[in-house]
Amino acid sequence: MLDFILNILATPAMLVGIMALVGLVLQGKPIEDVVRGTVKTIVGFLVLSAGAGFLTGGSLNAFGELFNYAFNMQGVVPNNEAVVALALKDFGLATSYIMVLGLVLNVVLARFSKLNFIFLTGHHSLYMACMIAVVLSVGGLEGFPLYLAGGCLLAFVSAFSPWFLQSTMEKIVETDELGFGHFGGFGYWVSAQVGKLFKGSKSTEDINFPQRLTFLRDTTVSIGLTMVVFFLIVTAISVGRGVLDADPAGFGHLSDLLVAGETKIHWAVWAITKGLSFSGAIYIILSGVRLIVGEMVPAFKGIAEKLVPGAIPAIDCPVVYPYAPNAVLIGFLVSFLGGIVGLLVLGAMNNAGIAIAMILPGVVPHFFCGASAGVFGNAEGGIKGAVLGSFIHGLLITFLPAIVMPVFGTLGFANTTFSDADFSWMALVFGNIAAAVKGIPLLVICVAVYLAPIALSLVTRKK
Amino acid sequence: MAKIRKIMCCCGSGLGSSMMVQLNTNEALKKLGVTDCVAEHTSLSEVNVNSADLFVVGKDIYPQLKNYPRVLVLDKIMSKKELLEKLQAAFEMEGDEFHIGV
Repeated sequence: MLDFILNILATPAMLVGIMALVGLVLQGKPIEDVVRGTVKTIVGFLVLSAGAGFLTGGSLNAFGELFNYAFNMQGVVPNNEAVVALALKDFGLATSYIMVLGLVLNVVLARFSKLNFIFLTGHHSLYMACMIAVVLSVGGLEGFPLYLAGGCLLAFVSAFSPWFLQSTMEKIVETDELGFGHFGGFGYWVSAQVGKLFKGSKSTEDINFPQRLTFLRDTTVSIGLTMVVFFLIVTAISVGRGVLDADPAGFGHLSDLLVAGETKIHWAVWAITKGLSFSGAIYIILSGVRLIVGEMVPAFKGIAEKLVPGAIPAIDCPVVYPYAPNAVLIGFLVSFLGGIVGLLVLGAMNNAGIAIAMILPGVVPHFFCGASAGVFGNAEGGIKGAVLGSFIHGLLITFLPAIVMPVFGTLGFANTTFSDADFSWMALVFGNIAAAVKGIPLLVICVAVYLAPIALSLVTRKK
Repeated sequence: MAKIRKIMCCCGSGLGSSMMVQLNTNEALKKLGVTDCVAEHTSLSEVNVNSADLFVVGKDIYPQLKNYPRVLVLDKIMSKKELLEKLQAAFEMEGDEFHIGV
């Protein structure tokens, strides 16, 4: 029996289910809600794993192999869903514990410090928990110390990120009752600061901007289109270099391209199929994530509102989009442009002998984060602020992930990585701390980072 | 007219803001005393015209739902007051085709 219980607690899908179960029971939900919520959470986790399998087997590994063949460099498509789905295989347990602990500690932090934000973007909490688990494991933490240290960091960044965005956020939504909860925060902050250089510039909303591009908001379409383009380019160059005549034994993930089945597949058809498979995998992963957070977040919101009545809810990035639909599209396009320029610079660095991962412009981060950067830039500095702010944002989310790759350990060799700016700076700061300070001292540092805002508000209150 | 029995809140990836709007919609339905109507949330990838009787979206993605029969468009996506007023208007509408808040 003990074996059974320990085994449940060590099986990530079951563990998340148990946590949902406890949460639902604590809220006094009727039995049918408890059963529904528990089952959906577990299924969500399993769907997510299935998406990860389809992602690596269906397209991502093949892409990495071809990219390497074509350019002799590591090509990375930044996509949170993808990298988290991969990392959960080894870090599922730690991620689950860190996420739950982080949510609880976020409520405490909001109650007792000036960082009074409740972070309600559940999928980002999940991704950040996973990123922290990876980074702190490099520092040799495991088991309870890892969960505690990770929970502290997650809670800290959950309240800190909305806090440093709040002054611009108030200008956008014209109320102080709404926070911005999206872990691209640092990028938006930078965009807002750039915007401040252009105070008084005309707003993006005073011009006419074609709204037809909103169809790219559909992530299945936009990921599919960009990945088809990436695959076509990389495959075409590889074919030009003679990959079709190479020995298939040298390529573990290209057998369906190199080995003829019933009919020999044309490389372009293969590339298009692979690009769309990538989009399909993200679709599956998102469905899994939706099942998990759909049960968790409403419960968390209810509990947090009861415990900390004055806290400000920090909401996912589209919350600002209706305030500036033009800035959304301008931000996306310009940030994507920044990503392409950044990629060219990374390529030039590689040619100059500096080995660095090639970060391709992933359409999801450039859309959601670029759009938000556009809105933040516009709020401070109108059109000029939106354009320059989101361009710099595009560069930022290209270079930061490239610099951060080494701290992810073996996950750094995957062909995908975390994209948004807060993941990067958190990994950069705490990954490097974890590389220098190991074990319990590392735990102490993480707890201290968490407690600092509380201590600070105690001190200032006394005065 | 067909009664509004199902409301679909929709955003880009169907994870964050649409879920928040769904929670607010549930609250608003309770305030309006509507008991025979459920609210759900989804992504732009999955939404289709048959998936609900009324669609609730922010102004920014309204262009994607222009051809849907019944749409409620929010300027301030998290404003409970705006949502309540527009929902009330939606339930008082008589036709089968209306766009509120455009």
